[in-house]
Amino acid sequence: MKQIRSLLLGVVAVGFAALVHAAEPIKVGLLTPYSGPFADMGRLIDAGVKAYVKAHGDTVAGRKIEVITRDTTGPAPEVGKRLAQELVVRDQVDFLMVGGFTPETLTAGTVASAAKKPLLVVNASSSNITDKIPYGVRYSFSFRQITQPLGAWAAKNGIRRMMTLVSDYGPGIDCENAFKDGFTSNGGTIVESVRTPLKSPEFGPFIQKVKDAKPEALFVWVPSGDQALNVVKTYYERGLDKAGIRLVILGDDIDEPVFNALGDKVKGLVTSLHYSTAHPTAENKKFLKAFAEVTGNAIQPTFMSVAAYDGMAAIYEAVKRQNGDLADGAKTLDILANLQFESPRGKIVIDPKTRDVVQAVYIRRVEPHNGRLENVEFETIPDVKP
Amino acid sequence: MIGNFLGVLFDGIAYGSLLFLIGIGLSVTMGLMNFVNLAHGAFAAMGGYVCVTAMNQLGVPFLATLPVAFIATALMGVVLERTLYQRLYKATPLDQVLFSIGLTFMAVAGMTYVWGPTQQPVRLPEFLTGQVHLLGLDLGVYRLFLIVIVVFVTAALVYLVDRTRFGAQVRASVDNQQASAGLGINVNRVFALTFALGSGLAGLGGGLGIDVLGLDPSFPFKYMVYFLLVVAVGGAGSIKGTLVAALVLGIFDVAGKYYAPQIGAFVIYALMVVLLVLFPAGLYGKKA
Repeated sequence: MKQIRSLLLGVVAVGFAALVHAAEPIKVGLLTPYSGPFADMGRLIDAGVKAYVKAHGDTVAGRKIEVITRDTTGPAPEVGKRLAQELVVRDQVDFLMVGGFTPETLTAGTVASAAKKPLLVVNASSSNITDKIPYGVRYSFSFRQITQPLGAWAAKNGIRRMMTLVSDYGPGIDCENAFKDGFTSNGGTIVESVRTPLKSPEFGPFIQKVKDAKPEALFVWVPSGDQALNVVKTYYERGLDKAGIRLVILGDDIDEPVFNALGDKVKGLVTSLHYSTAHPTAENKKFLKAFAEVTGNAIQPTFMSVAAYDGMAAIYEAVKRQNGDLADGAKTLDILANLQFESPRGKIVIDPKTRDVVQAVYIRRVEPHNGRLENVEFETIPDVKP
Repeated sequence: MIGNFLGVLFDGIAYGSLLFLIGIGLSVTMGLMNFVNLAHGAFAAMGGYVCVTAMNQLGVPFLATLPVAFIATALMGVVLERTLYQRLYKATPLDQVLFSIGLTFMAVAGMTYVWGPTQQPVRLPEFLTGQVHLLGLDLGVYRLFLIVIVVFVTAALVYLVDRTRFGAQVRASVDNQQASAGLGINVNRVFALTFALGSGLAGLGGGLGIDVLGLDPSFPFKYMVYFLLVVAVGGAGSIKGTLVAALVLGIFDVAGKYYAPQIGAFVIYALMVVLLVLFPAGLYGKKA
């Protein structure tokens, strides 16, 4: 009896193995923070990936796409490296997609490049990140890319004297320099630059300093989330708007949490970014619909979700063009680095030399739209290099 | 110039008031009960979530949510004290720290599960927003409101601990449990109530703090250092010490950020080092 049972089990096991082999899926390893203080980012990116699969099916060129998710917990280079290794060695993924910060993107990048597996950067936004990842292609944006046009816009719209306020670490300083660059090269003057500590629960004193210095406008970038909400709130609470100091801010700081907490106050704020939910194209409508379906309308998508969605689009395209055969990692990378397609944000082009994304940047204004507040685009700067 | 300085002073006092409101609960549990409760921030965050939920889901006005936050977290405090905390009263401080930090991790995960990882929106009533022009200064209305609350809370606490029968029982129970029990004081009940008071104050501070500090599940960790700083510098258990420490740290933090933004965030820590070297037991601490 026992023998018969183990024989049967053996047959079932062999049959199962054969079945698995026949339908072997394409595996995508997704690294993003699902827990910890940045869990929100993970949620947005995860939903972006799911939205693409929802809208385009889970099979390409006869092969099923399987997404294996791993939690980076936040900006953690060691964790990123370990997870990338596990995904490459144990799970044998065909693609790595990293929706996290620069540190873990870079360490996952060394693993991907050594294993010759293409890595899609769908969030990290430091300059020149793909230089350091030979097998990396970026589908998100760089801070420089979205900030420089905003500086130029401010100068061209009659603002002469400005102050900047940024968070005192890599991306903040990138933003400060890029804004200064765009603003001063068009005739503006930065009278003072304030940097706030990365852990700064209280913006009052910094904003008060700006109020007392009386510039015409203030440029702000701090990490989105609680800091962004606090700095904008403090701006209004201290009456800088009434004192005639305009706020010019990067678009990633002005989204749902700010609208929810401040409401109509923020109407008229001018920001720059490469994506707005109000972007009026069929591609965006399709994205928004799929996103609402996978999240049950619980959250609103952001540019992070769009980058993840586009990363999946690139993967689908690379699989399709090679008829499901991904044996040659270098060839797959070549396809990924030469793509251009219509994204929910507009047309994006990957520059094959830098493997980085070239895209339009929009100047937007907070306005009532579709029955709620949205960032409505009113000026487009096409083909901005990262 | 002088206007600037007064403005900074006002902001510093307001910020210090908030630090006091959240820190005083910790000072009560740490100083009066000798329990190192690192989960204090979790109680504060719970208070904040009670406020937000009452406001946004049930439509309760902001001011009315504050007592609700106090009572809800106080009740939660009693339940946890009876079921968990009281088992560790005689444990070493290290065990208490490990226990309460574990509790904090669980609270953070639980809050993420229930309310999600995002910032919670809070809209203050109109009459608490904006600025008023007083004596040539622009003063934030909400900050004035915080200062007023602190005056009341401090007065009430001092009265409670120094002047009431309950306060005397607490002080007696802390100094000598056996003797107090022998005199007919129900030490368990006194400790449970004290713990409830500490937790309730944390919840009140958490609710009041949402507008200034924000609220998301990582709150207990983000501000833990500040609470501990206030209690360590002030001297655990001393209401006056906590108040003075919170105000001094608040003023120096704000002034540092205003006058020297490059090193602004560091000022508060430098001050802590200096004060602790000068007063190892805290400004008003009991001599060990």
